[in-house]
Amino acid sequence: MKRIDYLSVRAWTPGWLMLMAGSAVIIALAGAAVLFMEHQGHHVTGMTNQVVWGMPHVFAIFLIVAASGTLNVASIGSVFGREPYQPLGRLSALLAMALLAGGLGVLVLDLGRPDRLIVAMTHFNFKSIFAWNVILYSGFFAVVGVYLWTMLDWRMKRAYKPAALTAFVWRLVLTTGTGSIFGFLLARDAYNSAVMAPLFIAMSFAFGLALFILFLLGTATALERSLSLDLLRRMGKLLALFAAANLYFVALQHGTALYMADRGAIEAFILLNGGIYTILFWGGQVLLGGIVPMALLFRSQATRCNIRFASLMVVAGGLAQVYVILIGGQAFPLTLFPGMEASSGFMDGQVAAYAPTLAEILLGLGGCALALVITIVGISAFRILPAALGPVEASE
Amino acid sequence: MTQASSRRDLLKGAVLGAVAIAPGLTLIAPAAQARPAGSAASAANRWGLLIDTSKCDAGCTACVDACKTEMGLPALDRPATDAQYIRKVDVKDPKTGHQHSLPVMCQHCAKPPCVDVCPTGASMKRADGIVLVDRHICIGCRYCMMACPYKARSFAHEDQSNQKAHNPRGKGCVEGCTLCVHRIDAGGRPACVEACADTGRAAMIFGDLNDANSEISRRLSKQASSRIRADLGLDPAIRYQGI
Amino acid sequence: MGMRVVMLALLLVLMPWQGARAAEAGPQFPKAQGQCVEDAGTMRRHHFDFLKHQRDDTMREGIRGAKHSLKDCVSCHAAHKDGKAVPVNAPGQFCAACHDYAAVSVGCFTCHATTPGEGKP
Ligand code: SF4
Ligand code: SF4
Repeated sequence: MKRIDYLSVRAWTPGWLMLMAGSAVIIALAGAAVLFMEHQGHHVTGMTNQVVWGMPHVFAIFLIVAASGTLNVASIGSVFGREPYQPLGRLSALLAMALLAGGLGVLVLDLGRPDRLIVAMTHFNFKSIFAWNVILYSGFFAVVGVYLWTMLDWRMKRAYKPAALTAFVWRLVLTTGTGSIFGFLLARDAYNSAVMAPLFIAMSFAFGLALFILFLLGTATALERSLSLDLLRRMGKLLALFAAANLYFVALQHGTALYMADRGAIEAFILLNGGIYTILFWGGQVLLGGIVPMALLFRSQATRCNIRFASLMVVAGGLAQVYVILIGGQAFPLTLFPGMEASSGFMDGQVAAYAPTLAEILLGLGGCALALVITIVGISAFRILPAALGPVEASE
Repeated sequence: MTQASSRRDLLKGAVLGAVAIAPGLTLIAPAAQARPAGSAASAANRWGLLIDTSKCDAGCTACVDACKTEMGLPALDRPATDAQYIRKVDVKDPKTGHQHSLPVMCQHCAKPPCVDVCPTGASMKRADGIVLVDRHICIGCRYCMMACPYKARSFAHEDQSNQKAHNPRGKGCVEGCTLCVHRIDAGGRPACVEACADTGRAAMIFGDLNDANSEISRRLSKQASSRIRADLGLDPAIRYQGI
Repeated sequence: MGMRVVMLALLLVLMPWQGARAAEAGPQFPKAQGQCVEDAGTMRRHHFDFLKHQRDDTMREGIRGAKHSLKDCVSCHAAHKDGKAVPVNAPGQFCAACHDYAAVSVGCFTCHATTPGEGKP
């Protein structure tokens, strides 16, 4: 096997400082937003008694789902033995932990009582999929941390394979857990379906790989390290495949729901007359997040620029997808009396309005910035990034 | 004071009820009794309501108003975020135009999804079937609100003041109908039921579903009743007639 | 020898003054009406344990009427001014006085009523 050199990134260079300062500003703004929301209470956000989870949760779920997806790159190299991916294992594990930390940070800071985090750690209701997720998430850090260690330290070489396998299995369980948060909501027509878990796994594959490609392209440019177009195209093809899988499960989700007479109303809402949700579904999730990147990436002559754009679109489409699932599913009223028209002073039978506020968006962006900072500190402190990933082809 | 008078009303109600339902029969309709101090709620009881929607009419909000007063729920005039333990829902059959109106509150499910999903165990079912939020350990994640099929819960979206001593509530926690657990423990009946009897249309009765001799059980054994979304199989303690 | 006597005398003279000063600097709060359910020392050291224990019993088991009730604390310890109860967590009042002095925040009163009875101010 070819020898791979890894080099840590030089810290304190002007570019490094600028990136860190920029992220720090976003994180500070997010902190201010949290203080504001917690002090005033959630009535200053767009969230209500109807739409109880809002924009922070869109970001949090996106980051958490993407986190387990980025780990795939490492698994493809180790568990599935694909050699071109092996040099990327370290970055993949680091990015996975960073994204998860960012997502969890957002989730925790949006709690009504974030000061009681310790309660969440000490009181477990084992029937709750949420409580299981707390364990799965903490375990993820441990498992992936060990995995990363086995990659960094040659003395740990023997543990590498088992660690890789554990991490791979763990991430599948973790995403199943995240998807099941929705799948178990039996009363919500938009969610109650076993398809939710595999759908979330497909989503995680796509979002995670897209973020990974974007980060890799960014570092290659910023550090002037080589990154072969061949490798990029390979990853691009994989991304297209994942985007297709995602679309397939989306089709399955809506297709099966359309067969159930009582799901007709919610399906019509998302697919036909839901206003912003319908637009985001077709325009954002399906077109930008699925069809456009597939069209770009399945071409054999995809350029670096194509791949960057396609990855960006997968991320944008992914945010739209989570938004449609999460907010769209809550905006649609619960059915208390099937077949009847209901109305009340508590918005029964009414589509709930939701508009994210600036504070919520800032909190979400803060999570992304946190993930970025962790990753950059990681690649500066450890030898994570390969010194070179093949020669740069002149085809650009 | 309120409790003493509510007990009196209850006894009166029970006597009247017994007379009205079974004239000529000497039925012992035992009124709910205050649990002795120091004893825990028991699984021998299951508290519930029976609501006759044919009596309930759309204009009447006696139960909702009584709840707000009893539980100290302020009207901040923010309908999307204000706390709501009980609401009146107007239901219309689009095919026939038939309309009726009914109060909906926490249904005190025997298999409550809110309890199943709560990560900390703050959502809990007491031995006597009353579902409560232990706000001492609620972290405000709102997963229970996502899970409840009846939209029965509210999130305290802002700082609260002037709370009632029997209904502590504050920003950042989830809350809902307690079935007036403080009154039940003192041998009374929920504020909504009392208000419905006094100033409403007397559409609600409260009682022990586990006690075959209670008025509610006797009526349920003789007359048809149903639950909202019975198809979900959660076995709510709130029964309705005429829906 | 002489020096020692002088020191001792000084100490004896100063000690009560010291004590008085400490009392002055300590938290000051209105006197309660009635007799506490425990002696003051036990209460000072353990009131939070008592309250927490009973809170779980009452909230989760439905056990009512036990003696360590926050409601009862409030009803004995709230001061009255112009015929109205003063919230126990107002500055200088029973709960706030000590907790401010010890710089320990009280979590109870974001939710619990701070005045006796129905909780109206
Ligand atoms: S009605 Fe909702 S809040 Fe009440 S017990 Fe059932 S699921 Fe829980
Ligand atoms: S909001 Fe509170 S009661 Fe509801 S699920 Fe979360 S911790 Fe449990």
